Amino acid sequence: MSTREVKSVCWCGGAAGCHGGCGVILKVKDEKVVKVEGDPEFPTNGGRLCPKVLALTQVLYHKDRLIYPLKRVGERGENKWKRISWSEAFDEISGKILEIKNKYSAKAVAIGQGTGRIYSNWRARLAYSFGTPNNFTACYICYCPRGSALAITTGGFLEVDCAQFFPDRYDDPRWQAPKCIVIWANEPLRTSPDGFYGPWIVDCMKRGSKLIVVDPKCTWLASRSNIWLQIRPATDDALALGMLNIIINEELYDKEFVEKWTYGFKELSERVKKYTPDLVSDITWVPKEKMIEAARMFATSKPAAIKWGVPLDHTSNAVNTARAIICLMAITGNIDVPGGNIFVKPSFDVLFGERPGFELMPRDVWEDRLGKEFKLTSFFFYICHLPSIWEAILTEKPYPVKALILFGSNPLVAYANPKRILEALKKLDLFVAIDLFMTPTTLYADYILPAAAWPEFDTYRAWWAPLTTINKAAEPPAGEEGPKSDYAIILELGRRIAPEHWKFNNTAEVINEMIKGSGLNFEELKRRRIVWDPWLMEYKKYEKGLLRPDGKPGFYTPTGKIELYSTICHHYGLDPLPDYKEPVESPIRTPELVKEYPLVLTTGDRTWSFFHSEGRQIPWLREINPDPVVEIHPETAEKLGIKDGDWVWIESRRGRCKQKAKTTPLVHPRVVHAQHAWWFPEKGPENLFGVWDSNINLVTDISEFDPYMGTHCIRGLLVKVYKA
Amino acid sequence: MQGEGKYGMLVDYEYCIGCRACEVSCKQEHNLPVGKFGVRVFEHIDLLPEKPYISYFPFFTELCNLCRHRVKDGEKPSCVKHCMTFCLKFGLVDELVNELKKKPRQVLWVPE
Repeated sequence: MSTREVKSVCWCGGAAGCHGGCGVILKVKDEKVVKVEGDPEFPTNGGRLCPKVLALTQVLYHKDRLIYPLKRVGERGENKWKRISWSEAFDEISGKILEIKNKYSAKAVAIGQGTGRIYSNWRARLAYSFGTPNNFTACYICYCPRGSALAITTGGFLEVDCAQFFPDRYDDPRWQAPKCIVIWANEPLRTSPDGFYGPWIVDCMKRGSKLIVVDPKCTWLASRSNIWLQIRPATDDALALGMLNIIINEELYDKEFVEKWTYGFKELSERVKKYTPDLVSDITWVPKEKMIEAARMFATSKPAAIKWGVPLDHTSNAVNTARAIICLMAITGNIDVPGGNIFVKPSFDVLFGERPGFELMPRDVWEDRLGKEFKLTSFFFYICHLPSIWEAILTEKPYPVKALILFGSNPLVAYANPKRILEALKKLDLFVAIDLFMTPTTLYADYILPAAAWPEFDTYRAWWAPLTTINKAAEPPAGEEGPKSDYAIILELGRRIAPEHWKFNNTAEVINEMIKGSGLNFEELKRRRIVWDPWLMEYKKYEKGLLRPDGKPGFYTPTGKIELYSTICHHYGLDPLPDYKEPVESPIRTPELVKEYPLVLTTGDRTWSFFHSEGRQIPWLREINPDPVVEIHPETAEKLGIKDGDWVWIESRRGRCKQKAKTTPLVHPRVVHAQHAWWFPEKGPENLFGVWDSNINLVTDISEFDPYMGTHCIRGLLVKVYKA
Repeated sequence: MQGEGKYGMLVDYEYCIGCRACEVSCKQEHNLPVGKFGVRVFEHIDLLPEKPYISYFPFFTELCNLCRHRVKDGEKPSCVKHCMTFCLKFGLVDELVNELKKKPRQVLWVPE
């Protein structure tokens, strides 16, 4: 049989993770994908692909891929299963869900997922339509803090303008390259989150953009930057407030924009007065002169943009950190100008946060969600607070949670305090996991449903990108009896647990419902491949009445201005101005701990080969990064008697794990960088895939929450490191 | 058709970010197992007074034949097509020499 080609777009659906959105050409033979290539005509990536996508065939046809639905027959974690049919699986699972609903209430069933994936909105709709407010994602520590800070401050979402919304990209005459890009707590080259293709930064550098990099580590971008601010992990709030102080004191801000389009400048100016360069330098370890130089360069380069990353969401002061950085974008007048931070949205509004189906949720039920005290979880994203679910399972407070339906997530390696999460999993009456591979987490499930990967079903993509289709290229292994798309699984569960809201005949109708805002159906969209939203090509939308539902100029906030002083926070009784808070333990906040735990830990540095806990069993990816790596400065290592390649313990007050030391001068002598989400498929289920061996979340913290969002410190903590 | 000796690879290592897309695209193209490479990326760090300077360099091995079969079909070598920063250029050596003159921090490689 000859090989055929299917043009598509990749996105994590278990395989080839990250939020990417790269155009691909899949070569298909005998209903199998035999090769993946970049599509040179696709404007996002222009043919380029990363290792994660290039290893796709090793994912799809891996010997360990889950093929059939499984029902537990042994004890939890014992890895004893019985193969069952899909209809048995759907009937039994939905029967048990309804039983729990009758005995307790719909709230006792939590339905959620890990990172933002193709099916996020449809999965959230399953929760809302069933009547549980306990709809969760990893979002509370991944983008929600920054996203909700943007939403309350500016009324929308901002991203760096890399001409991503013009069909002819950098050649469009309306676009201009940023003169300065601040890369803040981000390594965009290694992953492409939130619709932003990281290598665009390099494209902009080739077009003249200069860089300021804020990072504890000298990344490749830092080594190519004009100014690198080597910051102490988790003190980004102080640095942003210090830069605001300098820019305001030196009157380098955009007076016209501030006057006309912002609210609360006077209050902000008062607040940042105390964050003098001297104080901030002491807090952040950034030399005062460099900080001043960076503030001046950012404020006087027009246009300038800030590209930020998920580390900002990993402290107990996450929302304030993001708000301080947004204030920097705003007072310098870089909002929604060519080459600045521009307003973005899903093309044609075909999806929005976690909102679809939210109208099915009665308000009083929603107000009873777990973690409702974190007010911003109910702002734009409509999620509950995941750590509160684990506690509700264990303590039955404020009410019991008895069932967990978990799509594409591995919480035993991905979240803080995993041993407590394990206790929670064991206590459930029903735990259903949907995944592509057996993981430490799925070992504890009652049912495992095998998920199809993105080349195996039709869907679409619009997350801050032009609208495109993701096209089915091949059948999943074992055809009808084998893996099903998450859409199909959600639809079948929906039909059984909330039949009045799931009257769709098939997943094609589901997709058409989701993209109806574009005025196209899936087949029409597929023929056009890519459709550009003209809204996304407009600049200064606030002047044109394009941001507010009432069509008036201004921003979609209560005051119609960018709220440096947040009236929404004021309304909720939260601090309306951004402020600084030390991480839960640090040389400043808990100096008494420094003697025993002298090093500052940061975690979660992105790798070339893995997306969180994915990819450890893929030979070509594991070869790039075979072991869990903790990076340590050579001088520090020498003092501790540690050599490059030694296995070492990383220990905090909470626990320890073992990783392999890599000595490198790129990190600060007082900081260690440990990789996250490690497990070892090769160690086998009898050893729980080595889940406790190198798991950095045994070390991270969950004792103090951000009052806005419930985020906690998984970076900037105190540890000691010693030879294993 | 030119003889294969006339083709070469121009590496603009100033923009190599070390992503290893070249390594994995090569493995896919030539079905290479773990441990075998048609191209391999190396890292070098210069500790300059102001800050470290990181260089990556993709080294083409004895297994690289510049994707002869792809070039025959009018395609670029797989690593060139997939490079995340477009820092690899494939072409006739004479033309690449001219390119080399235009920009510093590049290396021209020609197989036997």
